[in-house]
Amino acid sequence: MKISQDEVRKIATLAHLEFDDRELEEFSAQFQQILNYFEQLQQVKTSGVDPLTHPLEEEPGTPLREDVRRPSLSNEEALAEAPKKSDGQFQVPRVIDAE
Amino acid sequence: MNEICKLTIVELQRAIAQRELSAAEVCGAFLSRIEEKDPQIRAFLKVDRKGALRTAASIDDALAKGEPPGPLAGVPIAIKDVLVTRGLETTCGSRILEGYHPPYSATAVEKLQQAGAIVLGKTNCDEFAMGSSTENSAYFATRNPWSLDRVPGGSSGGSAACVAAREAPGSLGTDTGGSIRQPAAFCGVVGIKPTYGRVSRYGLVAFASSLDQIGPFARNVRDAACLLQALAGHDPADSTTSPKPVEDYPGALTGDLKGLRIGVVREWLESSLEPEIADAVGSAVNRLEQLGCSIDEVELPHSRYAIAAYYIVAPAEASSNLARYDGVRYGFRAKSAGDLAELYRKTRTQGFGSEVKRRIMLGTYALSSGYYDAYFLQAGRVRRLIKEDFDKAFSRVDLLVGPTTPSVAFRLGEKLRDPLQMYLSDVYTVTANLAGIPGLSLPCGLNQDGLPIGLQMLAPHFEETRLLQTAHALEAELDVTTAAEV
Repeated sequence: MKISQDEVRKIATLAHLEFDDRELEEFSAQFQQILNYFEQLQQVKTSGVDPLTHPLEEEPGTPLREDVRRPSLSNEEALAEAPKKSDGQFQVPRVIDAE
Repeated sequence: MNEICKLTIVELQRAIAQRELSAAEVCGAFLSRIEEKDPQIRAFLKVDRKGALRTAASIDDALAKGEPPGPLAGVPIAIKDVLVTRGLETTCGSRILEGYHPPYSATAVEKLQQAGAIVLGKTNCDEFAMGSSTENSAYFATRNPWSLDRVPGGSSGGSAACVAAREAPGSLGTDTGGSIRQPAAFCGVVGIKPTYGRVSRYGLVAFASSLDQIGPFARNVRDAACLLQALAGHDPADSTTSPKPVEDYPGALTGDLKGLRIGVVREWLESSLEPEIADAVGSAVNRLEQLGCSIDEVELPHSRYAIAAYYIVAPAEASSNLARYDGVRYGFRAKSAGDLAELYRKTRTQGFGSEVKRRIMLGTYALSSGYYDAYFLQAGRVRRLIKEDFDKAFSRVDLLVGPTTPSVAFRLGEKLRDPLQMYLSDVYTVTANLAGIPGLSLPCGLNQDGLPIGLQMLAPHFEETRLLQTAHALEAELDVTTAAEV
């Protein structure tokens, strides 16, 4: 599959990343090379094969624990590493317009 | 070098438990060794001198009071920096977590501490464990103790290098596509990737959740078995851990291998393997035969597609796992962002290194509409075929044996500009992660330049005991040194 720089830019937007023009050029070339390598997967006959997403299917999977209250991090501990906080909450730039 | 640093984990624990050596003395010896050697090796991102000595003193106090020694009493251990440690900076080798002090510790770390182990510090790794050389660390590259102009492998390069340099008798790493076994091979130490679900990953900063496992490094098989013993088992905080009982690993290290069926993978010896590695693997296989094993050739026909499948599955899962780094709750936050979207974009663009960005991009692409079926689902189907190849092989043989890596440790910078070449160095290791089976790398010789060669052994799910037994018996036959002359 051929990938254009526009497409790479679009994926970057989805991933919340940004590349300048020079980075974009280098990146697109590497990206193309890797995607070309991936092409070999299309040769494998896989009709009727279900994708494997968890390596231990015979295990009980992901069982849920009992829904009981347990102690968790205090508000102070949870906020201790936040780059910006106020009034016991994480602070982010304004999301909604002032209007 | 202080003679203490030459002792094995088993010897250290025994000497401390019998109070021939104090935990403080042992801890001090390894801290001095780090001080002396790490300016060259650069295995550690952070050394917790104070914390380690404080813990050592409390262990000595407890032993003086007659309290029973833990199975790892006073044994100093280094921890890969992708495992969170309460109050001790954890960066994952990334700028985006610079200065992050976690509010809790990983279960694996706590289990070692409960057994009496002492955390020496945090070891360098490729950023978020993405890489095969430890050159992708945002801080610095780690050197291979056997040859300082070569890489230690990756991503757990610091954890492998510090054991080879005798800066620690053992350490923890993580293995998503070979990140324990490949650096173990490059640094000439033993490394184990346990079965998926055998060791709790609570507190392991997630890279690819259907592949990641935590495992030990040590200088011999018995030491590695002792560490695995402390690590293994169900954890209510990680629902992917298995409730299966844990076997007695050190207790099972008996010599007799008679009747064991060993499989040699045809495809692994046909590809671009260095001749000296092929020879070393060949003579290890001969030794196994002399020990009473039968040797059979087996095929893993889909393993040639493993790298392609892996480099879709792992980045896809990573792109989702790494969405949490947004500059809001912890870690780095970009300055002067006008709105929330810009805050996310700038934080991630400035905080992540280029390999991490490349994988997030690959993963986002593989999961995006229009490509999901052709890439992500197709990779998942091929993954099932790879697992079925193993099922078939293990119906005929008990254990697979082959090279851990296609080459010995390569030079710093050699593969840095060519991501695909770097990916291909995982060619023999990724299959075990895709199938969830356990693997071990055992030093099996040195090449003519004196660089270590690793022998990989793979077993069916939850057959760690079989892996360790075989590796232990072979280790005694091969008599390979596992510490670099530094």
